[in-house]
Amino acid sequence: MVTAATPLLLAATGELVVERAGVLNLGVEGMMLVGAVAGFTTALATGSHTLALFAAALAGAGLAALFAFLALQLLANQVASGLALTVLGTGLSALAGASRVGIPVERLPRLALPGLSDLPVVGPLLFAHDVLVYGAFAMVPATAWFLGRTRAGMVLRACGENAEAAHALGHPVRRVRWLAVLFGGVMAGLAGAYLSLAYTPMWAEEMTAGRGWIALALVVFAAWRPGRLLLGALLFGGVGILQLHAQGLGLVALPSQILSMLPYLATVMVLVAIATVPGRRRFAAPACLGEPFLPSR
Amino acid sequence: MALGIEPRTEASAFWRFASPVLAVLATMLAGALLFAFLGRDPVVALRAFFVSPLSSVYGLGELGLKATPLVLIAVGLAFGFRAGVWNIGAEGQLTLGAICGGGVALALSGTHAPLALPLVISAGILGGMLWAAIPAFLRARLEVNEILVSLMLSYVALLLLQALVYGPWKDPEGFNFPQSRMFDPAVILEPLWPGTRLHGGAVFALLLVAAAWILDAVGMAAFRLRTLGLAPRAAAYAGFDRRRIVWGTMLASGGLAGLAGVLEVVGPIGQLVPQISPGYGFTAIIVAFLGRLHPLGILLAALLVALSYIGSENAQIEAGLPQAAAGVFQGMLLLFLLAADFFVRYRVRRIDTPRRAREIRPWTP
Repeated sequence: MVTAATPLLLAATGELVVERAGVLNLGVEGMMLVGAVAGFTTALATGSHTLALFAAALAGAGLAALFAFLALQLLANQVASGLALTVLGTGLSALAGASRVGIPVERLPRLALPGLSDLPVVGPLLFAHDVLVYGAFAMVPATAWFLGRTRAGMVLRACGENAEAAHALGHPVRRVRWLAVLFGGVMAGLAGAYLSLAYTPMWAEEMTAGRGWIALALVVFAAWRPGRLLLGALLFGGVGILQLHAQGLGLVALPSQILSMLPYLATVMVLVAIATVPGRRRFAAPACLGEPFLPSR
Repeated sequence: MALGIEPRTEASAFWRFASPVLAVLATMLAGALLFAFLGRDPVVALRAFFVSPLSSVYGLGELGLKATPLVLIAVGLAFGFRAGVWNIGAEGQLTLGAICGGGVALALSGTHAPLALPLVISAGILGGMLWAAIPAFLRARLEVNEILVSLMLSYVALLLLQALVYGPWKDPEGFNFPQSRMFDPAVILEPLWPGTRLHGGAVFALLLVAAAWILDAVGMAAFRLRTLGLAPRAAAYAGFDRRRIVWGTMLASGGLAGLAGVLEVVGPIGQLVPQISPGYGFTAIIVAFLGRLHPLGILLAALLVALSYIGSENAQIEAGLPQAAAGVFQGMLLLFLLAADFFVRYRVRRIDTPRRAREIRPWTP
């Protein structure tokens, strides 16, 4: 459950920061895929997991930079730019990984935490994971602290809520948004690397299977708050694991394809549930989300 | 010298046409660089991609065959995109069209029912509309994001098709291959010309372009869509019903995607298989933008993008390039187009006089 939640959590945390800065990047799926293929290829070529994670983060950020240039410098439609990013990322990753489909790669090492990992039951469940799992879960309170308690975080939120006002106060709206988008790219790249280096340590075309889009839905579910992201990611991780186990044990007399629909159906249901919660105005999206910003004089 | 940008008061007519052309040229150039980077001769690769498919009657037929679903879907999507209704799940609506049409075709096999083919095609259109009705309902009623819902439903539709062809609809005499029985000849669309696979759906796509063009030029509906997309508040003051526009655009695009799906299965495929389309539903989004959301533009854009599909198959055989190259081309095309569209809406000016310095916003690329 923790492992299934990790890639969603990484990608969604990144996208949450991007959206809080007022930018809607729908290219998460594409950035995850290039991250996955870059991490996998580097690990295969060098045998170094550190380099692999670095490459994945760089690949995600590279694609994010393309998006930022279009959306922030050229003020292009963000929905269309994000879609283009996903199409390009899917194609590029398939092209780069075509000759290496199915080759296994060494899994990211599990790091035991002294003391904690030896605890009965809880130890192996929570404290026998790799660096990305710990990192993903540590990023949630870190992001909450950054957005809620630091000056830089407040500036970032101001850029998302009212870009004109933030600009008038002298904050560099465009630079803040660039950094947020690049951060989102790094996180999505690492989320992809988690899939190709730990979850299923190999490369397959379109191996993210819509997780980038589910991460986007998670941000809506979390009402743009990091804390609720954790709950959502575990919920979705749980659905994924439930489906795997039901399939593996043959508990349910349903075709495997029907069970595989579960995460997607759960996403739709969660979106519907959020929309019907009364008083949802309190959980509104950042006011400037998706609007191009051209500073006035 | 300092540069500044200025929003144009009116979209530049010149750049509206020049930007797709520029985007295509930039894509070719970037593609050539990419091929060179991969260690292939760019000239050979580009010829395999864009020239040799057009040098035979069969190739031209294939071009029409692949452009047909793209035109059908993109014309439908363009209605919604104008109004800010983002149906991203045409792939799922296409798949459901294929499932519903294919289901009726299988049920009718051997009955020699009159009007079997129109029945099958109607079922396909209804299937696509049904699948689009879910995000339409959720958006119109509950303001649920239609992008995510329609996309999630695409994955569901693909899995549903696979559950059917691996399960109850599998051909009992098919050596356990995951595919249905072949459809009766009565429900198959025959090729228009011998030696090609181009079928009557292409004629329908052309009629649709003409109809949408006329609607665009004279109809009130097109005006309502554009107003809602560009100025939602103005549309509300004018009393345009937003819910009805959401329903209308979603059902139209879903129905057309369903039609594209059923035409694939009664046309070139002739049975149900685990995957009906190589991503036509997603590619049609690019086609719609490249064609400037205009029916005639969409027709040209669909032909070009169809060429990239055939080209990638061809390049795989002639130049040993992976088929995924098509996706790279399509992604680059949309990115370059969005970049070039900057010039449609903005004008770059030098800031060389104090007066301009007051009026023009500084900008660095």
